[in-house]
Amino acid sequence: MSESGKRFTILQRALHWLMAICIIAMLFIGVGMVSTVAPRYVALVATHKTLGILILALALIRLGVRLRYGAPALPADLPVPMKLAAHLSHYALYGLMIGMPLIGWAMMSTAAYPIVLYGDIRLPPILPQSDTLHAILWDAHFYLAFAFFVLILGHLAAALFHALIRRDGVFRSMSPTP
Amino acid sequence: MSDREKISTRSLLGSLALIGVVVTGSAGAFAYTAGWFSPDRLTPTKLVGSLAPPGGAVLGYRRNHAKGICFTGIFEANGNGTELSQAQVFASGRYPVIGRFNLATPNPFATDDTVRVRGLGLQISTPDRGVWRSAMIDAPVFAVSSPEDFYALQRAGSSKDPDAMKSFAAAHPEFAGFAHWAGTAPWTGSYAEEPYNGLNAFLFTNADGTQHAVRWLLQPQAQVMPISKAEFAKLGGPNYLDQEIIDRVSRGPQRWTMVVTVANPGDPTSDPTKPWPADRRSVEVGTLVVQKIEAEADGPCRDITFDPTILPKGISVSDDQFPAARSAAYAKSYDARIAEAKSYPHTLAAGDNQ
Repeated sequence: MSESGKRFTILQRALHWLMAICIIAMLFIGVGMVSTVAPRYVALVATHKTLGILILALALIRLGVRLRYGAPALPADLPVPMKLAAHLSHYALYGLMIGMPLIGWAMMSTAAYPIVLYGDIRLPPILPQSDTLHAILWDAHFYLAFAFFVLILGHLAAALFHALIRRDGVFRSMSPTP
Repeated sequence: MSDREKISTRSLLGSLALIGVVVTGSAGAFAYTAGWFSPDRLTPTKLVGSLAPPGGAVLGYRRNHAKGICFTGIFEANGNGTELSQAQVFASGRYPVIGRFNLATPNPFATDDTVRVRGLGLQISTPDRGVWRSAMIDAPVFAVSSPEDFYALQRAGSSKDPDAMKSFAAAHPEFAGFAHWAGTAPWTGSYAEEPYNGLNAFLFTNADGTQHAVRWLLQPQAQVMPISKAEFAKLGGPNYLDQEIIDRVSRGPQRWTMVVTVANPGDPTSDPTKPWPADRRSVEVGTLVVQKIEAEADGPCRDITFDPTILPKGISVSDDQFPAARSAAYAKSYDARIAEAKSYPHTLAAGDNQ
């Protein structure tokens, strides 16, 4: 157990693991779709857009829940650099969970692509058509996707480090088990 | 209440190894999905790269069908299409159009008489936020039956081996239909005299949920004056077609009838080299009216793609592989040229702008 023995609320844990599945799927779909010309490209792009908007909605709910319920304190004996890394990486993760879908949506808007989700849901553009903005947003979406994946790998390694080596309750505070 | 146990060195090393395996394995799966271990995968980058002329792609321009001119107008739907598709674009009415006449060349400065295939990109928008984009060409059949063959054709076309095209044609008998058209069909002196064929098969779904496989084409209402390539070359300068369509549309709107051809069960929908028999039912669904021509540099067609998978509700892709491949390739071309926009300035020098 963590020092306090506290865990994230069940709502927070449910959101975390649901979003983990969505975001990992999203990143794999992203790199997969831009590297193929096969017929599945069309379905991958539609899934990427739909999942992106779903992640944006979940991330905003999650941010609200986090502000309302907070998080269990990290173990008091966790070295300061690790605490700092934990805090900063979580700001980055929240930033990317909310920022990446918005950048993607904005990028499609600046290219005047209709934004069509599953169920023929058509979203309005959030920026006007612009080649300058599109080039910037495209680069941002591309490079931040790799940064996001690296961050998730770091998050995964840290979670396993807490679970297997430190055994300090940090993993348990967010574990999917009851 | 700390119940942390001391862990042995052995268990520590085992845990570290496990973490290493999980992280490396995840990164490897990601790289595999991205195609980094699959050099043979046909990627949008390779497909678009194969189109580049010998000197490399011309920065700022479309990677194929690079020479073009914008138009705007309306699509007048007559209502006949609603039996086939519930798309609002077929309900009787007038819908705004953005389009682009173009030549199938990666070189935006090619002289008109050097390019055999002419095309038309079309976007029709409807009040329900439906957007239908399509890119059509004047050839009645496509040259190849799969994106892989398209790639092979580009490779053969740019090969140093003088027999590469012969070998390609021999290995791909389905190429003969297109080659015959390219070699024997007359030319015309105007974009307005060309038919534009969708070639790819799509599925139309009507309000009852009934699906039909269809292909569409734009049939010119202008009088067609067939001429030879040599006669065309004598007509005017390197940009004759642009000037001709500017002059013609300034005298009056130009029209095409949109014809939707419905497949019979069993007709090949996956292969655009195979025309359907001439007796297939066809439905005239409306008229494209081109009202205004605008130079591409500042025109409304410049910064959009005529991606054939951008479809309204009631139209969807079929088992034809090309729309997906074209969508992927057009996006690649778009992302590249948009980032190079300064190489193709938006405002031309005074006097150049039409």
